[in-house]
Amino acid sequence: MTVSPVRTKPLLEIRDLKKHFPISRGLFRRPTEFVHAVDGISFEIAPGESLGLVGESGCGKSTTGRMLVKLMEPTDGTIVFRDGEYEKDVAHIGRSEVKEFRSRVQMIFQDPYESMNPRRTIFDTVSEPLAVQHVGTVQEREERVLELLRMVGLTPPENFLFRYPHELSGGQRQRVAIARALVMNPRFVVADEPTSMLDVSIRISIMELMTKLARELGVSYLYITHDLAVARYMCDRIAVMYLGKIVEIGPTEEVLARPRHPYTRALLSAVPVPDPTYRRTPVEIKGGISKAINPAPECRFIERCPFAAEVCRTNPHPPLEDKGDNHAVACYRADEIAS
Amino acid sequence: MTLGEPTQVQQEEPQPVGIEPSDSAAAAELVRTPMWRVRLRLFRRSFARNWALFRENKMGMFGLVLIGIFALMAIIHPILMSTVWDPKVYDPVTGYDAVLTEYEVVEEVTDPTTQIEVSEARIKLNPTIKVGDTVRIPAQPAPPTWTGENPHYLGTDPQGRDILSQLLYSTRAAFFLGAVAALTTVIIATTVGSVAAYFGGWIDGGLMRFADLILLMPLLPLLIVMSAAFDINMVMLGVLIGILNGFGGVAIVLKSQALSIKVKAYIDAAKVAGGGDWHVIFRHIVPNVLPLSFLYMMFGVTEAIAIEATLSFFGLLNVPMTWGVMINTAQANGYLLSGTQYWWLLFPAGLAVTFLAFAFFIVGRGMDEVINPRLRAR
Repeated sequence: MTVSPVRTKPLLEIRDLKKHFPISRGLFRRPTEFVHAVDGISFEIAPGESLGLVGESGCGKSTTGRMLVKLMEPTDGTIVFRDGEYEKDVAHIGRSEVKEFRSRVQMIFQDPYESMNPRRTIFDTVSEPLAVQHVGTVQEREERVLELLRMVGLTPPENFLFRYPHELSGGQRQRVAIARALVMNPRFVVADEPTSMLDVSIRISIMELMTKLARELGVSYLYITHDLAVARYMCDRIAVMYLGKIVEIGPTEEVLARPRHPYTRALLSAVPVPDPTYRRTPVEIKGGISKAINPAPECRFIERCPFAAEVCRTNPHPPLEDKGDNHAVACYRADEIAS
Repeated sequence: MTLGEPTQVQQEEPQPVGIEPSDSAAAAELVRTPMWRVRLRLFRRSFARNWALFRENKMGMFGLVLIGIFALMAIIHPILMSTVWDPKVYDPVTGYDAVLTEYEVVEEVTDPTTQIEVSEARIKLNPTIKVGDTVRIPAQPAPPTWTGENPHYLGTDPQGRDILSQLLYSTRAAFFLGAVAALTTVIIATTVGSVAAYFGGWIDGGLMRFADLILLMPLLPLLIVMSAAFDINMVMLGVLIGILNGFGGVAIVLKSQALSIKVKAYIDAAKVAGGGDWHVIFRHIVPNVLPLSFLYMMFGVTEAIAIEATLSFFGLLNVPMTWGVMINTAQANGYLLSGTQYWWLLFPAGLAVTFLAFAFFIVGRGMDEVINPRLRAR
C-alpha cells in the first residue's frame, strides 16, 4: 500500500512553507511579534498517496492545510502543484488563477454541523463547486450530484437531494461533505480532522469510505489529525509536527514501529491500549506545549525534551535528516536515542 | 507496537428505509422536474413551518389582524369614492360639505357646539334674531352625522371635509411610506452589514464610522431641517428614512450577525469551491442575515409611520393628506387644545397612527420568536 514519493513526480511539492501571524497590532505601530504558526516546512505528496499530518493542537497542522487550498496566504515558501499539464507554484498565483486551481483541490472540514449552509439544500451544497465553476447545465449537475450521493452511500440519493442539512445526522452530513469535495474530480483533498466530531461508531465507516474513494478516484489526501490510530488507518505516510516544524516524516508503519524523534515517542506512548495488563513505558516529557511567538533559534522541542544535550542548545533547530527507508527525523541525537 | 487498533465498532448509521436500486425511476423523475418547481415546493414547506411557529404567538397574530384591517381600509377608499361617495363632497382634500347645525341663540355661550352668541348670530344671519331662537348655520367642524343626504360618520374637519374619507385615504399613504422606508432600510443595511463584515479592514472601518456619524445625528431634527430646506414628498421621505436607518443602526446590528456567519466553515467551503467574494456574500452571508433584516424591516415600518406623522404635524411635508396632516389641520385651526370636545378631529387620526405602528411592531416581535429560537416559550 505504501507508495514511494520519489518514484513518480510528486503531485505536491512544498518547500520551506511559512506562515507568521502578527500580534500586538496597534493602530499605527508596525507589529514586532509574530506567531510562527508554520515555520519552514517541506514535504512532498505523490499522486494517489495520502499523507497524515499529526500533532497536538496549536502545532500549525490546520494552518498548513489551509495554505495548501489557498484559504490562507503563506508568508513565504513555495507550493508546486502538478496535475498533468498543469504545473504551478500556487503559493504565488493571482486571484484569477486561484479559481482554476480550486477546480483541482478540495477540502473536507472538521465540523459537519458548521460546514454546510443551513439555508441551502444538499443539492445546492454538493453542486456548489460545479455552479461557481460553470460546469454543465442544472440537469447535468443534478445527475452528477445523485451519482456522488450514491457513491458516498446516501441511498436512495433522490431522498437526500432536496433535504436541508439539519434533517441529516452527523455521519450523513460528513458523507455529503465528502461528496462535495469529490464532485469536481479533484486530484488533492485536504481533510481537516473529518472524523473527530463524529461518533466513534460511525467514524470507521467514514474512514473506510474515504480510503475506498481515494483508491477508486486516484485522489491524494493531506489528512490532518491528532489521532495516531486514525492516521495509521488512513495514511501511507505520516508527518509529525511540533510548533510549526515537521520533526519526523516517513512511511506510517515505519514511523509508528520505530519512532526516532523523542516527541513522536512521547505521542505514541500516550496512545491508549485496550489491555488492562499493559504497562505503559514511562516518558519523561516535561511541561506543556510552549508558544511559537518569536521562537529562539535552537531546537523547538528543547524545553520538553528528556534527551536535550549541549549540541541541541548551541545549534539551530535540527534539519530533517533521512535515516533510510524515506524516514527522516529532525533531531541531533536521533541515532543515540534509537539505539 | 503500542498503538491501539482503530475502533472495532462497525455499526453503520441508520439509513432511511426503502432502499431501492440506485437508478430508480424516482431519481429520473426528480431530475426531470424543473428547478423552479422544486424551489417553490421547498419554499412552501419552510413557509408552512414558520407560519406554524408564528401562529402560536397571540400578540403577533393580533398585530397581523390589525394590519389586515388597515389594509382593508386602504382598499375600500377608492371603491367608495367611485361608487357611493360624491367626490365633490367626499374628496379627502378638495371635498366640501356645509353641514347645517342647529344652534340655540344665547346671551353668554357656555357650550360652543350647541350655542351661539346673539351678537354673532345677528351678524352671520339677520339682525332680527333674539335670544332663545334656534338657528341653523353651516358650521365646520361638524360632529358626526348618520343621516341626511351626505352622512359624515366621523364628522367633518374645519374646512368641511369628511374625516372618514381622509382617514381611509391616508391609510394607503401610510402603508406606501412604510413599505418604501422598510425596503430601502433592509436593502441598504443588509448589503452594508454583510460587505463590512466580509471584507473587514478599511472598508469595514469606513462604513462603520459612517454609521456612527449617522447615529450621532438626531434623526427627527435632521429630517425637520431637511424638509424645511427641500420640498420633500412621500417617496423621498421613505427613501430618506430608509437611507438613514440602513446606513445607521440597522447596518451595525446586521454586521454583527454577518460577522458570526463569516467565521462558519461553510464560508471556507464556498471559497475552496472557487466562489468569489460576491458569491460568498450574496449566496451565503446575506441569506443567513435576511431573517434578522426582515425583523428590522417591521420595526422600520413602525418608525417611518411615526416620523411621517410628526413631520406632517409640523406641516413640513409636501403631501396632500395623511394622518399627520389631519392632526395638523386641527392644530392650525385651534382645535388641538379644546380637549375632547372636538374629538373627531384628533382621535381617528391619532389612534390610526398608534395602532398601525403598534401592529407592525408586535408582528415584528412575533417574527423575532420564529427567527430567534431562544425567545420561544417552549
